[in-house]
Amino acid sequence: MFKKTGKFLIFFFTQFGQATEMIKEAFFWFIKTPLEVNQTLQQIVKIGVESVPVILMTGLFVGMVLALQAGNTMQNILSEPLYIGLLVSFSLVRELGPVLTAFVISGRAGAAVTAEIGTMKVTEQIDALSTLGTNAIRYLVIPRLIAFTISIPILTIFADIMGIFGGFIVSVEGLGVPSSTYTNDITTYLGVDDLIHGLIKATVFAFTIGVICCYKGLNTRGGAEGVGKATTGAVVVSMVMILVIDYFLTAILHAFGV
Amino acid sequence: MIKIENLQKHFGPKHILNGVNLEIKDGEVTTIIGGSGTGKSTLIKCIIRLLEPDGGKILFEGKDITHLNNEFELAKLRKNFGYLFQEGALFDSLTVGENVTFGLKYLTDTPKSEYAKIAKEKLALVGLKDIENLRPSELSGGMKKRVSLARVLATNPKVILYDEPTSGLDPIMSEIISQLILDLKKKLGVTSIVITHDMKSAFEISDTLAMLYEGKVQLAASKEEFKRTQNPYVKQFIEGSANGPIQMKISN
Repeated sequence: MFKKTGKFLIFFFTQFGQATEMIKEAFFWFIKTPLEVNQTLQQIVKIGVESVPVILMTGLFVGMVLALQAGNTMQNILSEPLYIGLLVSFSLVRELGPVLTAFVISGRAGAAVTAEIGTMKVTEQIDALSTLGTNAIRYLVIPRLIAFTISIPILTIFADIMGIFGGFIVSVEGLGVPSSTYTNDITTYLGVDDLIHGLIKATVFAFTIGVICCYKGLNTRGGAEGVGKATTGAVVVSMVMILVIDYFLTAILHAFGV
Repeated sequence: MIKIENLQKHFGPKHILNGVNLEIKDGEVTTIIGGSGTGKSTLIKCIIRLLEPDGGKILFEGKDITHLNNEFELAKLRKNFGYLFQEGALFDSLTVGENVTFGLKYLTDTPKSEYAKIAKEKLALVGLKDIENLRPSELSGGMKKRVSLARVLATNPKVILYDEPTSGLDPIMSEIISQLILDLKKKLGVTSIVITHDMKSAFEISDTLAMLYEGKVQLAASKEEFKRTQNPYVKQFIEGSANGPIQMKISN
C-alpha cells in the first residue's frame, strides 16, 4: 500500500515537474523567437472555430435542462417557477459554462492534439523538427497553447449565451414564465464580476488542457498503442484536473471577492 | 571532420554505447553496421546532438560539441547536418513541396520566393518531379525516402546522416538509393554516415566501414580490409551466420 502510494506520488511529481519544465521552455521560445503565425491561426480554427457547433449545442441543452430542473423545483417548493433566469444564468456563467466547455474541448480538440503530437513523436517527426532548425516547443506547443487559451474563453461566452437562450425558451414556452421576468432576473442580479469569474476559470482550464495534451503527446512511447494510451490519459487527466482546479480556483476567487 | 572518442550513452541501467571510438573523414562515405539494438541510431543521434552523450567526446571540425546545450548553438551546429530518418519522418500535415523547403526558413536566409524553385531542383536531384502538391500519405515507401532526402539536401548540409536508407525497400529501389548516396558524394562532395544492415549496399557505397557490437566499434576499416578480416564478430555479421560469437536470444 505504502509502496504503491509512494510510486504514484513519484510518478505524479515527476510528470508535474516535466510539464512545468515544458511551460518554462514554452515561455523562453515565446519571448526569444517569432511566433509561428500560420500554425497558431490553423490551431485556432481547429480548436476554436470547428468546436463552435458542438459548444452551441451543449450550451443550449444545458441551459434548457437547468431551466426545467429549476422551474420544477421552484414549482414544488414555492408553488411558482421563480428565479429561473437567475439560477440558469448564475450556474452557467460562473460554473457550468467554463467547466462544460473545457470538458467538451478536452475531449474533442485536446484528444486530437495529443494524438497528432504523439504520432509525430513515434514517427520521428519531432526529431525531424529539431534537425531542421526548429523544435517541438516552438513549432507545435506554443501555437496550441495560444489557440486553447484564446478559444476556450470565447467558446465559454458562446455556451453561456446559448444556455441562457435555452433557459429562456423552456421558461417562457414550457413553464409559462413571462419573458420580462426571466430577463429581469438576469439583468438585475448578474454582474460583470460573475462574467469575469467564469472567464478567469475558462482561461486557466484552457491553459491546463493545452499543457496536459501537449505534454502527453510529446511523451508518447511505443507506436500506435502508445498513441492510444497517451490520448486517453490526456483526456482523463484534463477532465480530473479541470474539476480539481475548479474547486480551488472558486475558493480563491471568492476570497478575492470575484 | 568528426572525431568520436570513448563515447558513452546509457538509457537507465542499459549501456548502449560503451566507449565508441571512430573517425569520420571529410567527403567520405562511412557505413556503420551492426545488429539491431547495438546503438547505431543512438550513435548518429549523439553526433547530431538529438541525444546528449553521458561520457566521452564528439569533435566536429575540431570543436567539442559533446555537451552543447544552448538551443541556438545547437541550431547553428545542425545547419551542418542533414538527417535522413528511417521512415522518412515527413510532416503529414504539409505537402511534399512544403516538406522539402521546411528547413530553409529556420536554417538559411533564403527568400520565400525561391522556395518553389529549390523544391523542384532538389526533387529532381533525387529523381522526382511534379509531386510538390501531393501529401506524404500519397507516396510509396521509396518515394517518401527520396522526398526526405530532397528535404535534407535543400539546406546544403556538409554531412548527411542516413538511418537505414534502404530498409523496407525492394532491391531495385535499394539500388537506386545506394546510387543516389554515391551521386551526392561525387556531385556535392558531402560527407556521409550511413547506418545499414544491407551488406550489399554497404560494400557498394562505403569508403570506410565500422561495426558496432556491445557498445563498441569492433572494427573500422576500408571495405577491402573488411572483406579480408578474420575478426570473428565482423566475419559472422558479414556472412549472416547464426553460429559464431554473436549470440542472439530467441524467446518463445
